[in-house]
Amino acid sequence: MHLTREEELIYQGEGGDTRRRSMEILVALGDIYGADRLIPVASTQIAGVSYKTLGEAGLEWISDLRGTVVVPSILNPAGMDLCRWQEMKIEEEFARHQLEVIEAYRRLGISPDCTCTPYNLRPDAARPGETLAWSESSAVSFANSVIGARTNREGGPSALAAALVGKTPRYGYHLDENRVPTHRVKVEAHLEGSDYGALGYLVGKIVGGGVPRFVFRQRPTRDELKSLGAALAASGSVALYYFDENVPPAQDEIEEIIVSPADVREVYEKNSADEDVDIVAIGCPHCSQKELERLADLLAGKKVHREFWICTARGIAERCPRLVEKIEGSGARIFCDSCMVVSPASELHRKMMVNSGKALAYIPGMCKIEAAFGTLEDCVRVAAERV
Amino acid sequence: MEIRCHRVSGGRSAGKALVTREPISFLGTVDPDTGMVVDPGHELYGRSIGGKVLIFPEGKGSTVGSYVIYQLKKRGAAPAAMINLQSEPIVAVGAIISGIPLVDRVPEDLLSIEDGTEVVVDADEEVVRIEEPSA
Repeated sequence: MHLTREEELIYQGEGGDTRRRSMEILVALGDIYGADRLIPVASTQIAGVSYKTLGEAGLEWISDLRGTVVVPSILNPAGMDLCRWQEMKIEEEFARHQLEVIEAYRRLGISPDCTCTPYNLRPDAARPGETLAWSESSAVSFANSVIGARTNREGGPSALAAALVGKTPRYGYHLDENRVPTHRVKVEAHLEGSDYGALGYLVGKIVGGGVPRFVFRQRPTRDELKSLGAALAASGSVALYYFDENVPPAQDEIEEIIVSPADVREVYEKNSADEDVDIVAIGCPHCSQKELERLADLLAGKKVHREFWICTARGIAERCPRLVEKIEGSGARIFCDSCMVVSPASELHRKMMVNSGKALAYIPGMCKIEAAFGTLEDCVRVAAERV
Repeated sequence: MEIRCHRVSGGRSAGKALVTREPISFLGTVDPDTGMVVDPGHELYGRSIGGKVLIFPEGKGSTVGSYVIYQLKKRGAAPAAMINLQSEPIVAVGAIISGIPLVDRVPEDLLSIEDGTEVVVDADEEVVRIEEPSA
């Protein structure tokens, strides 16, 4: 890989040890993936935040780093609400370590906002055509597919290295040739809300790391695209999909997949809720303000009788205190900075009902509990049922 | 004998070779506090990688493996250096954040040298030196 003179000097250690190692990471990855050079990034989003996945060794590494990020950088969700962790029944020792992780990142100049939807919290975090180094797979998918920016699926250390150097190696989804559709997905069902999560859950398994091009009967909303991309990236490893006419031509004839209404229905039927459900969790990816508004409407005048978590970014919750008050009046709880997938608090339950295709794919493996799937309306209904 | 190689993580270090033809997933295979290989399914089961020049084809498994390498280094149980046929991101990142010299793109023959052979890995100069066994 070609390095400029300035990059070479950092690589040789002139910018200090942290920057040298960061540059080494970028060069090593560039060499492995055949990048020709480094390109500047507009922002980074860094995974490796939940102490559950990071562990003692990861915390030590981040705490030992010295330096300051050179581009706006934001964190992935943590293992708990940073303020209300006791209500999540998080143990004190975990909480202490989790707060140390956040503090270590903050010392590097990284914003302690922990969210998988940085594009909702800060609309200027990604603009069309920009180069990014984002980690969280649903955020990557949204940036590539909906915003029209370009990012690979970064690991924690490579996103942090990009943040400290301000660059990323040019390979993968930064190149036009890797952004052409590999599958055409004709959706014959009329979809709404959580149906998009079900669709992503189905199609991700088929296309793996491909680039699906969807043909819909209706135009999905921003929140629906968020759920679709999240599920595609969880059941497969999709980092880019197309959903409208704005699509580069496929190079060869590509495989066609047809999704019928029965296919989508089956996801609900195979994963329907039963009396084992002891928690309902919404907000994977983190709820937008619109989704909080919808929840407030659905919960108006109701009391929930099961544990009910609603996960969002702290900045979003702070923007709408009246919505938070209305929702929490029902007994549901809005947890910020975290989510049901990365928090160890999920493990204290038996069966979790979700409206997210991504959570459906991850909960059994990552939290070792069962998962059920339903629409947002079903989730609210089950939460409000007398047990 | 001198072998050309490609620098992944800089530095220079030496030690006795520990060689395997099997890829290594650091998470789950190696105890992060002691450097012992604890996976009974691995060829190196029961051996310690601490202080050795660990020669293996490539890494595999969870990305948390990078942090396991870092923890090994902090506990003084990390390899002195590592050599891969072809490095992948988990071991590459782990070696770099831990300051362990790592080189790759060496000939496959290197996987047939004897355990215990003295090996010098000079990643900065992109060369591996192997002591000839005394006759």
